Amino acid sequence: MKLADLISENYNLILMLPRFGIPLGFGDKSVADICKNNNIPVDFFLLVCNIYSFDNFIPDKMLISSIDMNFLLPYLLASHRYYKEERIPHIENHLQHLIEKSEAKYGKILLQFFNEYKEEVNEHFRHEEEQVFPHLEALQKGNSDNSYRIRTFVPEHSNIEDKLSDLTRIICKYFPGNILPNESIELIFDILQLSDDLEKHKLIEEKILVPYVVFLERRFR
Amino acid sequence: MSSKLKVLIVEPSSIIVEGLLKILNGTELFHILPSLPDVQHLQERLSVSHPDILILNPTLLFPTKRIPIFSFLNENPQIAVVALIYQYVEAKVLSAYHGVIDIRENPGQIAPILLEAQAILREAVPSSDSYELSDRETEVLICLAKGLISKEIADKLNISVHTVNSHRKNITRKTGIKSIAGLAVYAMLHNLTDK
Repeated sequence: MKLADLISENYNLILMLPRFGIPLGFGDKSVADICKNNNIPVDFFLLVCNIYSFDNFIPDKMLISSIDMNFLLPYLLASHRYYKEERIPHIENHLQHLIEKSEAKYGKILLQFFNEYKEEVNEHFRHEEEQVFPHLEALQKGNSDNSYRIRTFVPEHSNIEDKLSDLTRIICKYFPGNILPNESIELIFDILQLSDDLEKHKLIEEKILVPYVVFLERRFR
Repeated sequence: MSSKLKVLIVEPSSIIVEGLLKILNGTELFHILPSLPDVQHLQERLSVSHPDILILNPTLLFPTKRIPIFSFLNENPQIAVVALIYQYVEAKVLSAYHGVIDIRENPGQIAPILLEAQAILREAVPSSDSYELSDRETEVLICLAKGLISKEIADKLNISVHTVNSHRKNITRKTGIKSIAGLAVYAMLHNLTDK
């Protein structure tokens, strides 16, 4: 199958290309060729595509334990970078602009709410990067002396998600609407898109990361 | 006719469907909609016929998601869903349903089970159509915005913790805002915190 055809099936898949290091302009090459040229295990690429496209997709254990997962960690880290360094700052800029134009006391509340959200997200990513990812790396290298267990990690983003959806509702329904109406609508779409993407990210952690680490932990026991 | 509760049966076995029809029609309490053998076209059917009670064989839901009944109930808050079981079903799954009919149930008990399921649902979904917060809900919201926990709010307003929690649920249902921080923003934007 051509990568271009895959993407026209679900255009949201474009978002994950940079995380795999696949630049646009891929022409009419097949998925397999593009993966090969970029040193991406094609099974892993397709697994992520499937989870990204079908919420109910559950990969079976055999698949998780048999495919090349060396790209998992770089993929997750690239996702985190995208959220932290691109999407969230982008939304923050938009919001900042809106806040500057609105009444000081309203602006202050909104800013405070957003900063709390940002802090929570960063804390969540930090936890994964400092605890979960090194654990995965050690297991992949064949070290099992780490006392950390993936069972203690739950990819719990629910509070973070609640805050993001609250933010769209506040801007949509309760924030004085006469300030920058077009920009506010754009901002809402940006937040909704981030929120959808974070949801997919959570599914990838739940359905690939957690079962894969469980599999590696078992192998060492 | 319109006062009768509309019942939709989703069950693959026509023997069982026929039996249920006979029992339920005998009571004259229900208007039984044409039944479905599986959940494939359930959503479409729900959107046209708006049943009050859904009798559903839980095994039909399994292949798609792990515990799909929870999301089903969230998406269809107006329907009382009763499980029709003739084999073992996880207790956790069953507890999500508003009622359970065991295949060995005494026929006389089936109508009461359905009525009770409907009553449980009515309690859970307040009939008031108002989208604005009531005075009491506003009071609870202000307390939440100030950072009080349910127990403290209950003491302050002289109501039970249970009541506070049901106010909280209504506040979230009406505003769509789930996080405490979000509710605090709501309160401030409505100038409620100065009071």
